[in-house]
Amino acid sequence: MSNLDIILQQLANGIILGSFYALVALGYTMVYGIIKLLNFAHGDLYMVGGFVGFVFLSALSGLLGTSWAAITFSMVLSMLAVGLLGVIIQRVAYQPMLNAPRLSILITALAVSMILANGVMAVTDGEYMAFTTDLGYDGLDFGNVFISYTQLVLVVSASVLMIVLTLFVHKTLYGKAMRAIAIDQDACRLMGINVNRVIALTFFIGSSLAAAAGVMAGVYYGSLHFSMGFVIGLKAFTAAVIGGIGSIPGAMLGGLVLGILEAFGTQIPFVGSEWRDVFSFGLLILLLIVKPTGMLGKTEIERM
Amino acid sequence: MSGAQTVLQLENIETFYGRIHALRGVSLAVQQGEIVTLLGANGAGKSTILRTISGLNRATKGTVVFQGKDITSCKPHEIVEMGLIHVPEGRRIFKGMTIKENLELGSFTLKDDGERQKRMEQVFSIFPVLEERQSRDAALLSGGEQQMLAMGRALMTRPRLLLLDEPSMGLAPFLVKEIMRIIIRLNKEGVTILLVEQNARVALQLASHGYVLETGKIVIKGDAATLREDDSIVKAYLGD
Repeated sequence: MSNLDIILQQLANGIILGSFYALVALGYTMVYGIIKLLNFAHGDLYMVGGFVGFVFLSALSGLLGTSWAAITFSMVLSMLAVGLLGVIIQRVAYQPMLNAPRLSILITALAVSMILANGVMAVTDGEYMAFTTDLGYDGLDFGNVFISYTQLVLVVSASVLMIVLTLFVHKTLYGKAMRAIAIDQDACRLMGINVNRVIALTFFIGSSLAAAAGVMAGVYYGSLHFSMGFVIGLKAFTAAVIGGIGSIPGAMLGGLVLGILEAFGTQIPFVGSEWRDVFSFGLLILLLIVKPTGMLGKTEIERM
Repeated sequence: MSGAQTVLQLENIETFYGRIHALRGVSLAVQQGEIVTLLGANGAGKSTILRTISGLNRATKGTVVFQGKDITSCKPHEIVEMGLIHVPEGRRIFKGMTIKENLELGSFTLKDDGERQKRMEQVFSIFPVLEERQSRDAALLSGGEQQMLAMGRALMTRPRLLLLDEPSMGLAPFLVKEIMRIIIRLNKEGVTILLVEQNARVALQLASHGYVLETGKIVIKGDAATLREDDSIVKAYLGD
C-alpha cells in the first residue's frame, strides 16, 4: 500500500466517522444556540435512537428483511420517536429550569443522560445487541482503497440530512425563527413567534438527527451498547466547540475535521487506535487556547 | 373614558420587576387614531408599561384591555396576532440576519407569501433605504436605519396599535425629524400610536394627549397643548 492509498483510505474512513459526529454535533449546537444549554443527554439520544431503530428493524424484518428499505423505514421511525422523546425531555426536565441558575440545568442534563443510559442498560441487561443487516460487503474497489456501498450510502444519507437542515434553517420561516431566537428571544416574542414551540421544534430536529446517526452507527458497526452515547456525546460536543458552538455549518465542519483527524491519528507510527480520543480532546484543548470561539464561531458579546 | 373608540385601556396596573415595584396603579387610555405619549425620567417605568401591555412583563394587579378584550394574561405572541405591536427600546433587530429576513420575521404570523411580499413592498416604499440594502446584514445599518428597520418590521404585521419605545434615542437631530415624520405618516394611515419618549418637546408636538410618569405612577395627564405650555412640567419632568 502506497502512502497515497493510506491517505485516501483514511480520508474515506474519517469522512464516515465525521458524518456521524457532525449529525450528533448539530443537535448539540442547535440546542446551545437557542437556550444556551449544553445538553449532555444528547449523546444518549443517539444511543436510544440506535436501539429504537433496532427494535423497528426487528419488527419490520419479517416483512422487508433487513435490506436498505427496512433500514430506511426504521431510521425514519426512530427519528420520529426519538425526536418526540427529545421534546418530552425538554418540556419535563429543561423547561422548568430555564430561569434557574445555569449550573442547575446542566446538572439536570447530566441526570437525564444517566436516566437514559441506565434505562437502556436495565432493558438490555447491559448486553451488546447485534445489529444484523444483510447489506453485503460489496463496494467500490480502487486497488488498495476500498469503500463499501454501505459506507457510501451512510455518508450520502448524512449529507442529505444536513442539506435539508441547512435549507430548512435558511429558507423557511420557522427556520429563520430558530436563528432569530438564538439572537434575541424577547424580540421574537414581539414578532408573534411562539418561542416555546420553536424551542420544541429545535429539540425535535436535533434529537431526530442524533437518532439517525445512532441507526447509521448500528448499521456501520453492527452492534449496539447502552454506553455508546457517552463517548459520542463528548466527541460531538468537541466537534461543536471546534466548529464554533451555536453555528450549524460549524458543527458539520467540526464533526468532519474531528473524524478525519481521528482516522489519520491512528496511522501515526507506534500510535495505536486507542489513542484516537487523545487526538480529539487534545485538539479541543488546543483550540480552546488558540481560538475559543471555534472555527466558524463569532465572538460573543455578553449583553448585560 | 371608555367607549367604542377606546383601543387600549389600562386599569390600575401593578407590575413588579423582581422585587422592584415598578408600576403602582397605572391607568391610561388610548383612543382610536390618536398619538398618545408617555413621558418621564429614566427609570420612571415607561418601558415597563409598554412591556406589560405587550405581555413581556406580567401585571400582578389590574387589567389591560385591547379593543374590548382583556389581554392581561395573554402571551406576547397572542397579543401580536391581535394587532398590537411593540417596538422595544434599543430596536432589538436581529443582527447577523439580513434586512429582508428581519422583515420576514416581522410577518411571522402571516401564512400567505404573496401578502408578505406585498407588505414588504409597502414597507420599502416608506423606508427606501431598507430596499437598497435588503440582503445586507442588519448589524451593518446605522442607528437611524436600525430604527427604521425595527419600525418596518413592526409594520409587516399591519398593526392597529403601535407601541414605540424611544424611537429617537441616540439619533442625530435630522434623523429624529425623519422618524417623527414617519410616525405622523403612519398615524394618518390609521395606526394608533402610544409613544414613549425622552425627547418630550418632540413627543408633545406629535401627540394629542400625554401622560407624565414618576416612579411608577401617573402624576399628570392632559392634552399635549396644555402640557407643552406648562413651564413647570417642562422643567420638572421633561428635561432639556
